[in-house]
Amino acid sequence: MSVPGAATARTAEPSNYLNAEYSIKSWFLTLDHKRIGLLYLAGLTFFFTLGGLFAVLIRLELLTPEGDLFQSETYNKLFTMHGIFMVFFFLLPSIPAVLGNFFLPLMIGARDLAFPKLNLLSWYIYMVGGLFTLYAMVAGGVDTGWTFYTPYSSVYANSHVIAAALGIFISGFSSILTGVNFIATIHTMRAPGLTWFRMPLFVWAHYATSLIMVLGTPVIAITIVLVAIERLFGVGIFDPAKGGDPILFQHLFWFYSHPAVYIMILPGMGVISEIVACFSRKRIFGYHIIAMSSLAIAVLGFLVWGHHMFVSGQSIYAGILFSLLSMLVAIPSAIKVFNWTATLYRGSIRFDTPMLYTLGFIGLFTIGGLTGIFLASLAVDVHVHDTYFIVAHFHYVMVGGMVMAYLGGLHFYWPKMFGRLYPETLAKIAAVMIFVGFNLTFFPQFLLGYLGMPRRYHAYPEEFQVLNVLSTAGASILGLGFALPMGYLIWSLFRGKPAGNNPWGASGLEWQTQSPPISHNFDEVPIVTEEAYAYDTLRPPAAASPEQEEVLHV
Amino acid sequence: MSDHDVLPLRVYFGVFGTLLALTGLTTWIAYQDFGNLNTTIALVIASIKVVLVVLWFMHVKQSSGLVRIFALSGFFWLMILFGYTLSDYFTRTSVRGWE
Repeated sequence: MSVPGAATARTAEPSNYLNAEYSIKSWFLTLDHKRIGLLYLAGLTFFFTLGGLFAVLIRLELLTPEGDLFQSETYNKLFTMHGIFMVFFFLLPSIPAVLGNFFLPLMIGARDLAFPKLNLLSWYIYMVGGLFTLYAMVAGGVDTGWTFYTPYSSVYANSHVIAAALGIFISGFSSILTGVNFIATIHTMRAPGLTWFRMPLFVWAHYATSLIMVLGTPVIAITIVLVAIERLFGVGIFDPAKGGDPILFQHLFWFYSHPAVYIMILPGMGVISEIVACFSRKRIFGYHIIAMSSLAIAVLGFLVWGHHMFVSGQSIYAGILFSLLSMLVAIPSAIKVFNWTATLYRGSIRFDTPMLYTLGFIGLFTIGGLTGIFLASLAVDVHVHDTYFIVAHFHYVMVGGMVMAYLGGLHFYWPKMFGRLYPETLAKIAAVMIFVGFNLTFFPQFLLGYLGMPRRYHAYPEEFQVLNVLSTAGASILGLGFALPMGYLIWSLFRGKPAGNNPWGASGLEWQTQSPPISHNFDEVPIVTEEAYAYDTLRPPAAASPEQEEVLHV
Repeated sequence: MSDHDVLPLRVYFGVFGTLLALTGLTTWIAYQDFGNLNTTIALVIASIKVVLVVLWFMHVKQSSGLVRIFALSGFFWLMILFGYTLSDYFTRTSVRGWE
């Protein structure tokens, strides 16, 4: 691998945020946003592994048409716990809590987030929420599906609904605190000269995400409390037998949970914008409109939740309204995809590992997004509702989109976070395995859904077996693909080559400081005099002009 | 304008007293029958309490324009939640042949 910055790596390790202190207390009571990002990384990886193990069991059961590995009740618990851990404890916090926490202050030239203690508190809240849900799992699991639909969840389910829901309720506060922290930081702590339209698109994406976190999360918290009140005290809120309305739950749940998809994908889009520009060696195409499309997605994302409820008994007129509004979200999403593609056009493209993930993201997210338009169409949705078509669609967005972006970001920023390089060839093999494994797992599910196989059943007619076997085979490749980075990234911490300060020759303040960064990020407050993607003037890092070095003061 | 202006204690106690009085009023009204106006009256009292809490207890009254915009946007989003949910409830019709 060609690493322009490696030659400048220092031999004696200078002081940085990792070696500043070694005690356990210095980690668990740290106020350093970078260390808190790593605490999140550890927690998230644990929950991702747990959610992944549930997925393995689900795919093993679906290898054969008969329900022969698990009873239906156990299978219900498996897909529920898979969904809960993956959505609430991995996908939602992943990029904001790990990469956002670590890089947002670095990107805006700040020494930390606006509220460092609140930041640490948000990690503790996240872990306590996760442990509550873990308790629900160990105590016997939950079988409602991650959506907790009433009145099943509030009246009939015999599993540990309250404990799991309480875990999600608690972790929601972590999300709110992170959102508040990011908004305050971006408003008040930008370096001199860093105007709004000089900010990296990663920061814009996190700003839009934070707005959703702050405005949407309280609604899911209240909804969960209402489910608990109905379940514990028998107050009629959602149960029609007591005068409640089950559709009201779905309105409240999806008011948050649809925008939550954008909490997952928007930070991913921010990461993709950074990587596309860096590995095309070009100024990003349509900077302003990409920034504004993040805000447009954040706002429009709140107006479309009813498309989850077309067959629920929701008014057909409301269905038409939500269908039309759902189509609108395609516009800002497509703007981003076209602008990334235009950035690639005539760029000096390098196919390093982060770029492989990025190209995977663009293709897979496009498929996920376009099938979303199928589902937003009322008549098509009636045919494929609650089938594997839905499962394939949202996995293309969440795994093909978000997880690819997360892994791309992790590989892109790893040298900055730890000052070490991972083995590039192995990393490329893993990226290709994940891309191939992902498509083999989930593309057959589009076909299965279109042919009418419903989701959430452990047994199915024999005619669906071939496609299910393909899907399970793909899942095993995907699983290996995910295991590889866990291995070589940990290996690189100890044996990886020194990365240097800017191995990719990237622009942006975060690349101008030391790798790993010092505890306070910058020796002097940087002064910004140009836009974030000045790749025209920044070819390889060795060719950076003396003026730039002087301007950045780092 | 500073975000850290400390209000005199009597203001907090005044707001607290008003909130308690309004809670008492809500309880009293719950036992009266105003027909169709029952819910409306309860919501009006609740709204007054919200305004008191937001302006004084949450310090929005002394805050900068930016903080006020964020506080207002919370209410705007609440209106989106109510408005679009009601777009369902107000237009539900029975499907012909199902009655």
